[in-house]
Amino acid sequence: MNFDFTEEQTMLRDSVARYVQDSYDFETRRKIADSDAGISREHWRTFAELGWLSVPFAEEFGGFGGNHVDTMVVMEELGKGLVLEPYLASVLLFGGLLQRSDNGPLQGEYIPRVIEGSCLGAFAYLERQSRFELTDIKTRAESAGDAYTLNGEKVAVFNGANADTLIVSARTAGGQSDREGISLFLLPADAAGVTVTPYGMMDGQRVANIVLENVSVPAGNRLGAEGDGMALMEPVVRDAILALCAEALGIMAQLNAKTLEYTKTRKQFGVAIGSFQALQHRMVDTFMAYEQTKSLLYRAVCEVEEGADTAASTVHALKVQVDKAGRQVFGEAIQLHGGMGLTDELDIGHFAKRLMMINTTFGNADHHQAAFNAARYG
Amino acid sequence: MDTRFAPEDIAFRDEVRAFFDKAYDEELQARLANLDTFKDAVIDWQKRLYEQGWVAPNWPKEYGGPGWNHTQKFIFDSERAARGIRDVIPFGLQMVAPVIYTFGNDEQKARFLPRILSSDDWWCQGYSETGAGSDLASLKTKAELDGDEYVVNGAKIWTSYAQYADWIFCLVRTNSEGRKQEGISFLLIDMHSPGIKVNPIVSIDNHHSLNEVEFNDVRVPVANRIGEQDKGWTYAKALLAHERTTIAGVADSKRNFNEVRELAAAEVNGGKRLIDDPLFRKRLSDIEIELMALEFTELRVLATVAAGGAPGAESSLLKIKGTEMQQAVQELRMDLAAYYQGVLPTDLSPEQLGHAFGSAARQSYMYGRAATIYGGSNEVQKNIIAKAVLGL
Ligand SMILES: Cc1cc2nc3c(=O)[nH]c(=O)nc-3n(C[C@H](O)[C@H](O)[C@H](O)COP(=O)(O)OP(=O)(O)OC[C@H]3O[C@@H](n4cnc5c(N)ncnc54)[C@H](O)[C@@H]3O)c2cc1C
Repeated sequence: MNFDFTEEQTMLRDSVARYVQDSYDFETRRKIADSDAGISREHWRTFAELGWLSVPFAEEFGGFGGNHVDTMVVMEELGKGLVLEPYLASVLLFGGLLQRSDNGPLQGEYIPRVIEGSCLGAFAYLERQSRFELTDIKTRAESAGDAYTLNGEKVAVFNGANADTLIVSARTAGGQSDREGISLFLLPADAAGVTVTPYGMMDGQRVANIVLENVSVPAGNRLGAEGDGMALMEPVVRDAILALCAEALGIMAQLNAKTLEYTKTRKQFGVAIGSFQALQHRMVDTFMAYEQTKSLLYRAVCEVEEGADTAASTVHALKVQVDKAGRQVFGEAIQLHGGMGLTDELDIGHFAKRLMMINTTFGNADHHQAAFNAARYG
Repeated sequence: MDTRFAPEDIAFRDEVRAFFDKAYDEELQARLANLDTFKDAVIDWQKRLYEQGWVAPNWPKEYGGPGWNHTQKFIFDSERAARGIRDVIPFGLQMVAPVIYTFGNDEQKARFLPRILSSDDWWCQGYSETGAGSDLASLKTKAELDGDEYVVNGAKIWTSYAQYADWIFCLVRTNSEGRKQEGISFLLIDMHSPGIKVNPIVSIDNHHSLNEVEFNDVRVPVANRIGEQDKGWTYAKALLAHERTTIAGVADSKRNFNEVRELAAAEVNGGKRLIDDPLFRKRLSDIEIELMALEFTELRVLATVAAGGAPGAESSLLKIKGTEMQQAVQELRMDLAAYYQGVLPTDLSPEQLGHAFGSAARQSYMYGRAATIYGGSNEVQKNIIAKAVLGL
């Protein structure tokens, strides 16, 4: 047993960490967030040049052949810089679904382009009514000859405003919440019948609602077997949860460090506020929350990597822990910064908002706690 | 002990209801919800309350209060909150007015109180400074006597709605010797005076209500000082306890809680109503139980005040619990909105967006983080209870 990173992983971590520190400071990030697109193509190209976009892809596609630890290392550091570019949406979700599918032609066409940064992808899975259920899908795909016709609507699609290519979940069979009968399709975002309506989120994301009206998709653009979409979606979403939790850990590290620093320098009543025992205990609590989250993240990454039977329930546990610790960490960070913590100018609130969005992505704590309970206690 | 309403209380309640139903109309609500018309709409609404004689429930009758007993005040506030009507902007009516009618001279009362009552003047509160937050008494904004005027220099921060204000009530330093509490004076300053500059601060709810207010050689007549020079701290302290009781907002939390409960009955996850989800239910009932207790804590404090007592350290308890409950309810509403909790203000209609309350939930949740900070942070309130109640 060991908890050490390999030399390669350490290099990867240092590379992302250095970049975030030197080239992606909070003011840079603010400018990107305020720009029309809300992401920077220039930074994205640099990410590609530095090889980060290739990390989770197999060498046969020109990837780095990384495992979950590699992705974790990247996401944790990206989290520290609140990086806005769509690593999760384009590389991990869109790219992840392609990689896990058995569609050779699509893989050959798109994965290299994702890696070089020229294709921005998105995975459109949410619907108005679906809340946290991946299987709750009303969008339908009717098979007609060698094409499918898609009708329906997807909402809050990550990177939906900027993506040029989409993977959409749709029903080819079954009732609204059935596990079976879901199929995945790849289509250009500007295909006839696709309407993209973008809007902004508090964490800087530009998401979109996407309406599909008689959109024709060639049968060759289906990923995986017809009706078997969950077999693809489930592991990809599980991996994405691990990545998001790594991002959350990076954010918590920043919030704790910044808050600690603030309480050491902010003076009231003639002393640093960090000298008040009431605040010291609270900072000890957030420190412990961070360490516990890190432990559970490592545990989940190892279990998934090693294919443990308990991997799925441990990922549920991790999402619960991240929610709980995240709320505690950002809550204390804002509170201990006093009025400063309420300003848009300071980064504290922005870290908080990203944690909040992470908590609600792929199911909130209640959702995962219920799944954990069902897995562990029947 | 008896908490049932008497027949005259019921009659009063019906009268209040009838007034709100008529006066708080949809046109007004729409203008209140729009940032561009917000200020005028607030003034309009407060003028309607004023014309009814109900805008200042806590003021003594001689200055224009309605002379209600505490049951009537409770009924009025509950009915207001139950309709989702925001309380009046506190700075004039609830904060500076009690200082003026308690410690001001006759001329000041005659000059300021009627225009506060009628909402002809908008007031803001200039206490905090960058270096003086929890440790308010360390404030540095200076007022130096020059003939029959003070010359004020310095800056205040976190001043809510200073951008709308005609007047600001300030704590300023008039003496740097001795205990820092003993060199502070309470000044009423015309916001239209030369030398005042208001700089906006955008808060984490993406709105602009906070400001920095700079004073550069601002001349303030000595006649605008409340009470004695260097005694301002005493007057301000008396006011802080009032501020704390109003910050608790129990009636509003109750109303917001009921709304969350209704939303939870409509929200479905995996074919199940959220309100039937055991985990969500537990969170709901945990909050409701605390609110039930808090409502009676508030009534007990009000009864003490009505019996002639001052709201003392109990007001700290109300402030802590009240703000914690506000945040707990806001948090539940965010959870109900799921990923829509992140939606920024948008031109898209709820129909296009696919959601009705996400953006509003975000706004109130984010701004709501301030409630445990302002009015004396909850940590400071705990220090007060530890010292004043528990004798630690
Ligand atoms: C939205 C908003 C609106 C406001 N509106 C106004 C307004 O209109 N007018 C006005 O004058 N002010 C206003 N304020 C300012 C408010 O009163 C101050 O923010 C508050 O007094 C805290 O001061 P601070 O921000 O300097 O924080 P600090 O005093 O620096 O506190 C930082 C942290 O340290 C903690 N702390 C400080 N001292 C102690 C202690 N002894 N023991 C334990 N913990 C301690 C605090 O609780 C807090 O968590 C507003 C603030 C906000 C956020």
